[in-house]
Amino acid sequence: MAWHKQVLRVNLSKGTCKAEPLNMKWVQDYLGQRGLATKYLVEEIDPKVDPLSPDNKMIFVTGPLTGTMASTGGRYSVVTKGPLTGAVACSNSGGYFGAELKMAGWDMIIFEGKSPKPVYLLIQNEKAELLPAENFIWGKSTWDTEELLKKKHQDPLIRVSSIGRAGENKVLFAAIVNDLHRAAGRSGVGAVMGSKNLKAVAVRGTKGVTVANPKEFMKATIAAKKVLADSAVTGQGLPKFGTQVLMNVINEIGASPTRNHRDVQFEGASKISAEAMHEKRPTDGKANLVTNQACFGCTIACGRISKIDETHWTVKNKPEYWGASGGLEYEAAWALGNDNGVDDLEALTYANFICNEDGMDPITFGATVAAAMELYEMGVITEKDTGIKAPFGSAEALCKFTEWTAHGEGFGKILGLGSKRMCEKYGHPELSMTVKGQEFPAYDSRGIQGMGLAYATSNRGACHLRGYTVASEVMGIPVKTDPLTTDGKAGLVKAFQDATAVVDSTGLCVFTTFAWTLNDIQPQLQTACEGDWSLEKLNLVGERIWNMEREFNNAAGFTAKDDTLPKRLLTEAAKTGPAKGKVNELGKMLPEYYKLRGWTPDGVPTKETRQRLGL
Amino acid sequence: MQRSLLINPDICTGCLQCEMACSFEHFGMINPSKSVIKVFEFHHDGRKVPYTCTQCAEAWCLHACPVEAIVINKETGAKVILEDVCVGCKVCTIACPFGTVNYNHDSGKVMKCDLCGGDPACALACPTGAITYVDSDWTGLERMRQWAAKTDSRPKAQA
Amino acid sequence: MNYVIIGNGPAGVIAAETLRQSDPQDSIVLIGDELEPPYSRMAIPYLLMGDIQEAGTYLRKDANHFRNLNIELLVARADKVDPTNKKVFLNNGKTVNYDKLLIASGSRPVAPPITGMNLPGIYPCWTMEDSRHIMKLAKKGARVLQMGAGFIGCIILEALASRGVELIVVEMGNRMVPRMMTEGAGGLIKKWCEKKGVKVFTSTKVEAIEKSGNSANPLKVKLSNGESLTVGLVISATGVRPNTEFLKGSGIVTDVGIKVDETMQTNVPGVYAAGDVAQAQEFYTGAQMVNAIQPNAADQARIAALNMAGKSARSQGTMAINVLNTLGLISSSFGQWMGVAGGDHTELVDEDNFRYMHLEFKDDILVGATSLGLTQHVGVIRGLIQGKIRLGEWKDLLLKDPTRIMEAYLARTQGSNFKFAA
Repeated sequence: MAWHKQVLRVNLSKGTCKAEPLNMKWVQDYLGQRGLATKYLVEEIDPKVDPLSPDNKMIFVTGPLTGTMASTGGRYSVVTKGPLTGAVACSNSGGYFGAELKMAGWDMIIFEGKSPKPVYLLIQNEKAELLPAENFIWGKSTWDTEELLKKKHQDPLIRVSSIGRAGENKVLFAAIVNDLHRAAGRSGVGAVMGSKNLKAVAVRGTKGVTVANPKEFMKATIAAKKVLADSAVTGQGLPKFGTQVLMNVINEIGASPTRNHRDVQFEGASKISAEAMHEKRPTDGKANLVTNQACFGCTIACGRISKIDETHWTVKNKPEYWGASGGLEYEAAWALGNDNGVDDLEALTYANFICNEDGMDPITFGATVAAAMELYEMGVITEKDTGIKAPFGSAEALCKFTEWTAHGEGFGKILGLGSKRMCEKYGHPELSMTVKGQEFPAYDSRGIQGMGLAYATSNRGACHLRGYTVASEVMGIPVKTDPLTTDGKAGLVKAFQDATAVVDSTGLCVFTTFAWTLNDIQPQLQTACEGDWSLEKLNLVGERIWNMEREFNNAAGFTAKDDTLPKRLLTEAAKTGPAKGKVNELGKMLPEYYKLRGWTPDGVPTKETRQRLGL
Repeated sequence: MQRSLLINPDICTGCLQCEMACSFEHFGMINPSKSVIKVFEFHHDGRKVPYTCTQCAEAWCLHACPVEAIVINKETGAKVILEDVCVGCKVCTIACPFGTVNYNHDSGKVMKCDLCGGDPACALACPTGAITYVDSDWTGLERMRQWAAKTDSRPKAQA
Repeated sequence: MNYVIIGNGPAGVIAAETLRQSDPQDSIVLIGDELEPPYSRMAIPYLLMGDIQEAGTYLRKDANHFRNLNIELLVARADKVDPTNKKVFLNNGKTVNYDKLLIASGSRPVAPPITGMNLPGIYPCWTMEDSRHIMKLAKKGARVLQMGAGFIGCIILEALASRGVELIVVEMGNRMVPRMMTEGAGGLIKKWCEKKGVKVFTSTKVEAIEKSGNSANPLKVKLSNGESLTVGLVISATGVRPNTEFLKGSGIVTDVGIKVDETMQTNVPGVYAAGDVAQAQEFYTGAQMVNAIQPNAADQARIAALNMAGKSARSQGTMAINVLNTLGLISSSFGQWMGVAGGDHTELVDEDNFRYMHLEFKDDILVGATSLGLTQHVGVIRGLIQGKIRLGEWKDLLLKDPTRIMEAYLARTQGSNFKFAA
């Protein structure tokens, strides 16, 4: 019921695949997906382990609602110790792969060790086997990998999650890509997969998913779908414009980090916005956007499917990029665009395609290019280092860098380290716009104060998906707060962080929370799952997960000193827009946050907190 | 008035709620592999195309059945598999030139769209209206049938 | 009008029903020489497996079906047809007069010309009566030798295996189902059977059958490879032949089967033939062929009946389509699966997992196919072949990856111009 209660343990060193029962006691405490897999991880690995060593483990995990009719119930996560940050990493992806894994009868796959030779895992219901990837899919892009696997096993319905060349080369922000353009994107989970010599997981599942109380579950999901349909954001804005709906909005409020956070507004934003994607190009009379698309079970359908202008210089002689594929989402558009000062929509789409094709996180990649461009403009690095003139605004440099990083060539090898290591290498660590080694996404914390705290305390480094107070501070969901003040933000951040930890553990997409609260999710969980899943319990589960992750990071060597922001955001005021003159006032929020969390001033959960949460 | 499923691929998002609903209706579990409506993907064009039986007048499946396990539901016009009569010979699966009768490995029988007795679960579940259940005149069924006629090796009565 | 139909298999029954639809008053006589109500030979393997009872094989489940339709069932064998006087002579001495006649006398197994075929314990698997004998002898642990690994042979395998017998298959051809499947597919089916514990001899003949003197396994089968096997039951499944002998001297032209035109009429006006006994134009080649499969019987019966009733209906040609379940391995073949002159093909083999796909093209039109393990949307192969659908750029894609047949079908038939999908 909701869970298959089956874990697949794959020992890559020994080449074995074994089924074991899911720990249902932990399920009651950690629900599924993010929470449950993190519990397994913290129990099974040494927090100080080198993320790219065979001793690290990597878990593919579904939630109890993955593979059900609950809207957006198709998510899975990859949980491991992240190589970019050294912190706990949990990257969430949609598409169809997660649901297929569930259909095959598995709640999670735990990968341990390292295969002596490149392999892939083939799962056909209960049958799981490791097969050789050499002379077959190793060295191939995620796109080719998927096509070759479907052909070899003669089943177009096989779903594939794989790494591209970036993951094989252990680019520290390599992503794991499924269904061609859905990705467990952040924190370098793809590099961990590459370090284990695991190229792909191919799944075909025909066993199905059952729920505890089918009749009531259907009622609950139908009611919840109506809430999504009736919301202006999930019912209209996201399907029509995708997350890119934010490009102009965030730029207008002066919270759009531009040119490596030198500026907070990008003059070219409207050229690369959702609206621009809808506009017909003068060159071929077609819009960049072909259609919106959904992930498994999703009734929102925010996904962008784009086609690049065939005459554009990026693809002029490359028909292989003329087809429709995953288009720009807001974070990617921003990181590749605003942060580098590039306003060429087609070039950004091309760079995004390459990120999908060879498995790279476009946020960290784009932000790393931004740092490189700043270094270039400062004269710290030159064309000799970069191989191409690389001032801000150069779409050519951006696209070349994307190819080189994806393929492990030239300056791409340096970019593949991420901005923190790259900036350290060139003697300017302050230019890396990161927290705990991970680059910021598309919201400047000088213009959205709460996000500064959310970034600083995020358990996987800078991230918008660990506590998206943008919803409240900008969009008024669930209540409007002032983005320029710090009042009440500690509580807001904590509430968002805990609730998100729950959502990430269900199998649902966090975008539902533009319309749903836990009040909408709870009835779906309760009717699908056995046991009690009251709101009180869920809130506790969320907080427990957050603290468990925190304790892992503390044990891995992180301290309160790491809960901070780059100097630029704390000392260089925003130059334009509504936030002009503002820096992020993290210091005003952090102590209160620790207190609310029940942590010591050093950011360590107190004995009482641990006891209360049963840690 | 006979009603039919009208499918408009242009507004299909590929969420597969229809496949889930179909399997839930017929098997009490969520299992797209058991769905008799199937959404096909055309990556290159960014299209998703739901596809199922049109309940064609020719009824190749019905005529090919050696044991009278496929019958016409008088109310809906659907060609319906009688599970307890079907022996699982699969002849209907190769006889249907639309490829809309499939073999179910678990039951050892075949399965096809039965219009859920007149209230198709796929249409109810579709969030975008890409699948609707409407009066047959509206479905463009005629177009489909014209094509079907082209492949028909069998008689067209001209009484 | 007075209609007489010789043969009460699927073709006979469907023709009778189609005739009745045309006119509620006409007299319809359906002649069959077996005692059971009209039944489906295709269902016999499922009877042997115990999935169904004898009644489950009946073509029509309602006991009053034929009475309700006022179709007279006559248990007798037709011995002779006299087209001049429009009479059918029966083996019970009676004669039946007709205005229009349909011959749907089907086919029967051919016994191979070897010595010992008359010994007890050797049966074809064709009639209900045969199945009863087989069920008696094919008990758990019995040794059973099957001559012939054609379509029928393969289908029975599953039924025999499910009865727990020790199975030996002897096939003259170099692979299993040689007349229905490509070398690649037939070879894989053999491998599959061996994996399931069946002993398979290909390129091997049975040369003679003798008494063994052993009471448990009283038959001794001598093979062309020099081996001798003692078994308790021999099933003869070496092929079938149309039942045309009774037409000798009638003036109705026969070759392998009864030659018919596209209305299913024989050379004699008013006399039609359909099903396993009919030799009709093949869909692609135009050559005359006997196509002994259920869907063909159903199609031809309807065409014949409509023409008999004075309506116009024409066959666009018969096409071989086969689906087979050999011990759980599902295979299918279509049309010109062996290829045509000037055509080209593609083949994808996954030996370890018994997946196989072979497509035959002429220009950009699919003309034939063989598959193993394909069970979803398989009918579109027929649709593509019979619709003579131009595949355009999809052909190149299929040459590269034949498993994407369903996409090609949708793209080329459903109105939208889909392109190659990377």
